[in-house]
Amino acid sequence: MKKSVWFVTLLLVFTLILSACGTPATEAPAPVEPAQPTEAPVATEAPATEPPAPAEPFRVAVVMPSAINDLAFSQSIYDALVRIQEEMGGPEAFEFVYSEGMFVVDDAAAAIRDYASQGYDLVIAHGSQYGSSLQEIAPDFPETSFAWGTTVDTFGQPNIFAYEAASQEGGYVNGVLAATLSTSKVIGVVGPIETGDAKLYVDGFKAGVLATNPDVQVNVNYIGSFSDTALASEAANTHIAAGADVLTGTAQMVVGAIGKAEEANVLWFGTQSNQSSLAPKIVVASQVYHWEVMLKEMIGLIKSGTLGGQSFRANLANGGEVIEFNPDYALTDDAKALAETTIKGIIDGSVTITLP
Amino acid sequence: MISDLFSVTVLVGILASGIRLATPYLYAAIGETFGQRSGVLNLGVEGQMLLGAFAAFYVTLNTGNLWLGVLTAMLVGALMGLAMAYVTVNLHAEQGISGIGFYLFGLGMSDLLFQKLMGTVETVKGFPKIYIPGLSDIPGIGEIFFSQNVLVYGAYLLVLVAWFVLNKTTLGLKIRSVGENPDAADSLGVSVARIRYFTIILGGTLSGLAGASLSVALLNVFQQNMTSGQGFIAVALVYFGAWRPAGVLGGALLFSLVNALQLWVQVLNVPIPSEIAVMMPYVLTILVLVATVSRVRAPSALTKPFEREN
Repeated sequence: MKKSVWFVTLLLVFTLILSACGTPATEAPAPVEPAQPTEAPVATEAPATEPPAPAEPFRVAVVMPSAINDLAFSQSIYDALVRIQEEMGGPEAFEFVYSEGMFVVDDAAAAIRDYASQGYDLVIAHGSQYGSSLQEIAPDFPETSFAWGTTVDTFGQPNIFAYEAASQEGGYVNGVLAATLSTSKVIGVVGPIETGDAKLYVDGFKAGVLATNPDVQVNVNYIGSFSDTALASEAANTHIAAGADVLTGTAQMVVGAIGKAEEANVLWFGTQSNQSSLAPKIVVASQVYHWEVMLKEMIGLIKSGTLGGQSFRANLANGGEVIEFNPDYALTDDAKALAETTIKGIIDGSVTITLP
Repeated sequence: MISDLFSVTVLVGILASGIRLATPYLYAAIGETFGQRSGVLNLGVEGQMLLGAFAAFYVTLNTGNLWLGVLTAMLVGALMGLAMAYVTVNLHAEQGISGIGFYLFGLGMSDLLFQKLMGTVETVKGFPKIYIPGLSDIPGIGEIFFSQNVLVYGAYLLVLVAWFVLNKTTLGLKIRSVGENPDAADSLGVSVARIRYFTIILGGTLSGLAGASLSVALLNVFQQNMTSGQGFIAVALVYFGAWRPAGVLGGALLFSLVNALQLWVQVLNVPIPSEIAVMMPYVLTILVLVATVSRVRAPSALTKPFEREN
């Protein structure tokens, strides 16, 4: 008897600690209460110009698979929300909360439902794996707007927005630069699982390399995991041993690969978030998602009464994707000009990306 | 193409990668071997590795002292082991379930500390490669065996030490007898509790070191959940290795070499779908396990709490 009591207590403690770490409602920058003068109303002075009663803030909740600081997919949405908040004038006008580390889809579904029932204006399910949960939840909350990415599918529901990134575009630009900078003519790619956003990026990257120099060999390695940092690192070692002098990769486990690239002094191209801070000497450029472009459109629509039914796509033309160069890496003017021409070409349609 | 697989560069690359990849498995699985030989299954290895990895990384990041980082990782692992020992030896808790509890604790705590203390992924300068004079110049062999970092060498040395301790010392005999027949050991004056405390704390220490070997020697970064299941594979390797250090070494090398091979298979554009390639190490390990399972016998008292009968 005593045994089991002890054990249950222990389990509960663990559960508590766990739920304290990973889960719902980590309030982003805490909304600051407007400081009200606390003088007693008996004061004879008329109150100086009363500030206009603050309008209700627009409230957003987001559920994401990994951490807000993963330097990849989850960080891209977090950074976007921070930028919107800054633009809209702080937490009084735009408030957001998030649940990170929701790699278990069931947990994510529970969090999405919680947020919806708490009356958030927009609930974002940031991960294609959350789709079927959202399809079930959304009809129960017809007044709430949902956004799901990365995908094009709104399930035909009037309160779901879909968003995705044309990551092959930034991949292509990275590929053009990579082909120019490679002297060994071997380039390595560390991918997670051959699907979705990762596959688009890798295919775009390959197309960019081959369009620039068909003699360059692009070796692609999908390690079968979004989290196995050790295997990503060894994949980078393998590419380097196979002669690669430029590497790229996508998803959060690539931090292991970037470390190896830095050790071997091999160049790196990033995607999803700006990865320059991790290895300032070798990161040339990163394709960064600026989801705020799409999110602002959604917010506008929601305010005017449209809660969903449309899909959005981040690309170089609408500013949802931006190639951010690492200021600490001395890129030659010629190479930079080439990158910029390529970006312009993709935007005006003179450069077309053929995917396999 | 397939024929490229048999070039010297590739073979050397596979062997060198395999030896590196096996390092964390060896530390963790050898530690687990001690625990299981004394009758305790610790499923919390993964959590101990994660906390060890974080501790080593954080201390190294702030002090620049790699050895201090490694020491802290071992200490953190030992503390986790101490807690595990108390729960399983004194409280007689079900070992499998409490191990999972410790795993979840390590997973959550390392993530929490990472978020609060660091906030973003950073890198450190880890242990450099040590080129063993003379030997490292041998073509091929030198790169594979004699150009690794100190924690890689340490892992293989540990296998030898573990074999010696388990088979050739009184302590090893006591550990084995406690795992096979705790009542008999107890009647001969061997303290079952003390031996199990020792092996579980040792296992925790080595798991912490396994984590450190990832975060400050092999990868030199820390990221949430960076072990991504390696601790559980280490537990499986103990079964695979039939509770013997040499068997564990064989299992760890097999798994890691096949993993290294599949990385090369993809890099060389061998026309095998990547999904099949990543499955190879797991499938092969299971096949070998199935083929050899008949000769395997677990320590009799494994997972059984010891209660002295009066």
